[in-house]
Amino acid sequence: MNTTEARTLVEQFVHRIAPEVDLDTVDPVAPLQDALDLDSMDFLNLVTAVHDETGVEIPERDYPQLGSLNGFVQYLVAATTVGGSLGGRAG
Amino acid sequence: MGEFRMPVLGADMEVGTIVEWRVAPGDVVHKGDIVAVVDTDKSTIEVEVFEDATIGEILVPPGVEVPVGTPLAELITAGEAADDAPVPVTTEATGPTETAFVRASPLARRRAAEAGIDLGELRGAGPSGAVLATDLPVATDLPIAADVAVDVPTDLPSTEDLDGATVLPDRSETRRRAVGVLMARSAREIPHYYLATDVDLLAATDWLRARNETVPLAERIVPAALLLRAVATAATRVDGVNGTWAGDHFVPATRVHLGVAVALRGGGLVAPTIPDADHLDVRETMDALRGVVERARSGVLRSSDAVAGTITVTDLGDQGVDEILGVIHTPQVALVGFGTVRERPWAADGMLGVRPVVRASLAADHRVSDGRDGARFLRLVADLLQRPEEL
Repeated sequence: MNTTEARTLVEQFVHRIAPEVDLDTVDPVAPLQDALDLDSMDFLNLVTAVHDETGVEIPERDYPQLGSLNGFVQYLVAATTVGGSLGGRAG
Repeated sequence: MGEFRMPVLGADMEVGTIVEWRVAPGDVVHKGDIVAVVDTDKSTIEVEVFEDATIGEILVPPGVEVPVGTPLAELITAGEAADDAPVPVTTEATGPTETAFVRASPLARRRAAEAGIDLGELRGAGPSGAVLATDLPVATDLPIAADVAVDVPTDLPSTEDLDGATVLPDRSETRRRAVGVLMARSAREIPHYYLATDVDLLAATDWLRARNETVPLAERIVPAALLLRAVATAATRVDGVNGTWAGDHFVPATRVHLGVAVALRGGGLVAPTIPDADHLDVRETMDALRGVVERARSGVLRSSDAVAGTITVTDLGDQGVDEILGVIHTPQVALVGFGTVRERPWAADGMLGVRPVVRASLAADHRVSDGRDGARFLRLVADLLQRPEEL
């Protein structure tokens, strides 16, 4: 998954949880939860959506890396390309 | 032959209207299945069935307003024959259906008739443009919510179109008013007192982290679920915080129906209930919390979410504030608040360290309890959170 794909995916997930948010207006390096007004339940739903769609199961200890929009996108790119398992669709 | 009746979905509900049947005669249903969607004057609620059965005759079609307790459908339970003397459908006799010109909910129809309003002049927000009670110009008699729980938010589009074209009415204004009425009454009638204490969450967060590392994603638990669990347990052990005020005396509750204040995107507040929260473990509490938050935000609660609460929790932890001194939801007598979990300097065992700490607060009704009782309750919540594995 490249950066554009990852961003599109994040956009979809965010839209599901926070339909009123326009990601283009979100500072890509600002704290994501604040910027999108996500509570911890929303964030868990976001992580769950990522898993359902990509098979990537993000452990809690990695949450800090998802702290901004850029961080989230980069994490997805890295997670889906690790070990040559491009696409990372584990199910 | 059993009957599925119009349930009471909120303390002040007298009538309801089936918006949609989700089952047909002959369908097999199990306890907890959603069988119908009901419109009350304040909300849209998915109604669950409380026993395993087969649906017999549908007795009340969509669109007809009936009093609570009215049989809506036959339920054939195990051992009964499906063709047991079905009750004939006599919906023609139930008044409100005769007006074919303007689609409107019966409640809207009744209110309009009472107020002398011509429905034809209104633009409806209901299914196929039907006029709903909420479309009527707001009169003076806003029904006072005995619990905000049944005042369902509907300013978001429904996530689940009822019949492909249904748009839920925008109740944000009536909801704002209902919250206002409830809070004003609480502030007027309840002599609140407030207590707060800092709670060391090191053990709790360590336990959660370790647990969440080892379970599948779907079983992860957010700290709020643990806090709710501690409150539900403590509420059963301290007198005077779990129950309701009945005009001139306190009625203690035997179970804990835990109200959970849920903030809505775009503003507003709704407090669905987790019934029998004292009988749920942490995992079940998490599932219940996830469910009520999802449904509250989607705009369609279930009948079980509208059970009258016996104590309410407000968790403002995600809003970045440290403490909440809440307003009790009448007729309840206590409201528990949690602020943000923060890393704070913490002295323990003669050492100063940094620990995750949350400030827990209690707003309680002085007619029912005193500071001493409230303090016992808060201390117990704090103690329980030191042993998360036992929750």
